[in-house]
Amino acid sequence: MDLSTIASLVTQTLIYATPLILTALGGVFSERAGVVNVGLEGIMVMGAFSSIVFNLSFAEQLGAWTPWVGVLVGGLTGMVFSLIHAVATVSFRADHIISGTVVNLMAPSLAIFLVKVIYQKGQTDNIRESFGYFTFEGLSKIPVLGPIFFEGTSLPAYFAVAVAIIAWFVLSKTKFGLRLRAVGENPQAADTLGINVYAMRYAGVLISGFLGGMGGAVFAQQIAGRFAVTTISGQGFIAMAAMIFGKWNPLGAMASAIFFGFAQNISISGSNLPVISSIPAVYLQAAPYVLTILVLVIFLGKASGPKANGKNYIKSK
Amino acid sequence: MDNSTSNLKKVLVPVLSVLLGFLLGAIIMWVSGYDAIAGYKTMINTAFVNPQTGAINPKSIGEIFVTAGPLIFTGLGFAVANTAGFFNIGLSGQALCGWVASIWTVLAMQGMPKLVVVPVAVIVGALAGALAAAIPGALRAFFGTSEVIVTIMMNYILLYMSTHIVNNVMSESMIQTKGVTKNIGLEGSLRTEWLGQISNGSRLNLGIFLAIAFLVLVWFLLKKTTLGLEIRSVGLNPFASEYAGMSSKRTIIISMVISGALAGLGGVVQGLGTFNNFFVQGSSLSIGFDGMAVSLLGSGTSVGILISALLFSVLKLGGQGMQFAGIPPELVDVVIASIIFFIGISFIIKLFIDKVIKDKKAEEIDLKPTPSNENNEGGTI
Repeated sequence: MDLSTIASLVTQTLIYATPLILTALGGVFSERAGVVNVGLEGIMVMGAFSSIVFNLSFAEQLGAWTPWVGVLVGGLTGMVFSLIHAVATVSFRADHIISGTVVNLMAPSLAIFLVKVIYQKGQTDNIRESFGYFTFEGLSKIPVLGPIFFEGTSLPAYFAVAVAIIAWFVLSKTKFGLRLRAVGENPQAADTLGINVYAMRYAGVLISGFLGGMGGAVFAQQIAGRFAVTTISGQGFIAMAAMIFGKWNPLGAMASAIFFGFAQNISISGSNLPVISSIPAVYLQAAPYVLTILVLVIFLGKASGPKANGKNYIKSK
Repeated sequence: MDNSTSNLKKVLVPVLSVLLGFLLGAIIMWVSGYDAIAGYKTMINTAFVNPQTGAINPKSIGEIFVTAGPLIFTGLGFAVANTAGFFNIGLSGQALCGWVASIWTVLAMQGMPKLVVVPVAVIVGALAGALAAAIPGALRAFFGTSEVIVTIMMNYILLYMSTHIVNNVMSESMIQTKGVTKNIGLEGSLRTEWLGQISNGSRLNLGIFLAIAFLVLVWFLLKKTTLGLEIRSVGLNPFASEYAGMSSKRTIIISMVISGALAGLGGVVQGLGTFNNFFVQGSSLSIGFDGMAVSLLGSGTSVGILISALLFSVLKLGGQGMQFAGIPPELVDVVIASIIFFIGISFIIKLFIDKVIKDKKAEEIDLKPTPSNENNEGGTI
């Protein structure tokens, strides 16, 4: 394998990992606050849908900035959509799994309904302004590492890594992060200390909506290039798997998202690589899911995740 | 609160949820510039009326039962696991196993009499679903692994496996074109000539009768047998059941196996009844998640599941007709999703009912969480 093959493998892995990193971080915020979010897939769908509609509508005016603003639009849409989950689970005491499933069921139907309302057809056109490739001037001159990591690479991937580091800092070093985690571990105790449990849980779910929406928007604008009902197919669940694999830690979630991004990439483009091309695609496609089950069985067992995760908190009078 | 109020609520919550779901659908139609009343009218007409004659259409009535069959099975599957306190989100994958296995069996048994082929294929399909559900059940029982995560992950594993089986494992003589198996003949199908005739050429098949038989069977199993008692008590309180001498591990696995077998049968009916072949699926089977919705709406009872499966069939079929009124049929799935949403927040709906009823005892509204919240297994995710 020569340098250019390795470089393109790294770049493609990063491209596939980016949406997973962002969405998995979303999952971390929600579950650290004690709200299970199986609705990440649906949130990604809304992010993907809204960013593509935005991209198609504003590419003329915004030019190369379109996909970045599109990511912001996707994030905000995801946040608004995740309100359904937040209201149901935090205020209305709904079962977290039922509510998350509703989010997953609602999103694709609603998005395709709106696509048909807007464009009178079942899927959108291809966008013209996508992220493309980016070269870090200067850093790309470093021998070996430069061409692999900094030449013709994906800028959103570095953005996602930066977000992961910020998320780690916020969760482990700030007052807000401490409170968020306290609410997910022991809401009664947190309440006693004067922390507003409901507000914290809303914050956790809304941040997960924002990050998940961004994840969907990156996927749509970098990999899919348009929106159809199959654009997001399982990425939200792989992101959830990455969150579990990373043990609810932002940096762990990022690392496993990169690993799953690698698996997703080679299951799609591995036919050109030696060894990998001889493995039937089914193994690579199923790998993230199988690994998650194995991790749950072998490493985590019963004591895992935030303690009050999935339990509704009801403030007593 | 007295019994009549609580019984009233049991019926009112699903009815209100359905009405609210339709209302939300209407609002979405109005906001998008469609005539909601015309839309719903088209839906009802498509589901029941023959456009040429204006009379009741036996073909579409037949199709309502065709769609309801698999939904009853997946709904029952969800209900059995839920009674034992588990969330079986893997109905899609388990149904997929039943579908692939039953079609594969029929294609492999070509030339044998129908009386042998069909029962064998049905049993193989049920076993395939049961096996797929036994894995999360066993992991849950022995390692305490969340069945929610495992079944979600398995939906995808099974989806890719089914594609792999059709593309690379099945013998070429079974394949029509890439990704599509050959059609099974009438000798392997749940369809019969007379059912086709009485319903004016619909795909009506024995699946719906099988489904109704299982509605009774599952009711009997849960309410009248020792195993049913064990499943119900493990669902209410696993620790107390263990103390009373029941093995909760065994009950966990058995209830998941039954649940998976039922979901597998849903796939069998979909395969041997509705489609008569298997084709590569792009995403998880919708009968899985719709079955979950059917079960939640029918509050897990046999009668409830039957009624809500029929309602969902009417919605699904009628929704297809909405496009003739210019309305995208996806709207119906939004309505279905919002119905489950309202079921999910039934706590608020119950509070609302209490306010409206103005019962004096309404002051004593139980502010404790409902049992389903306490048993929520999400904590181990």
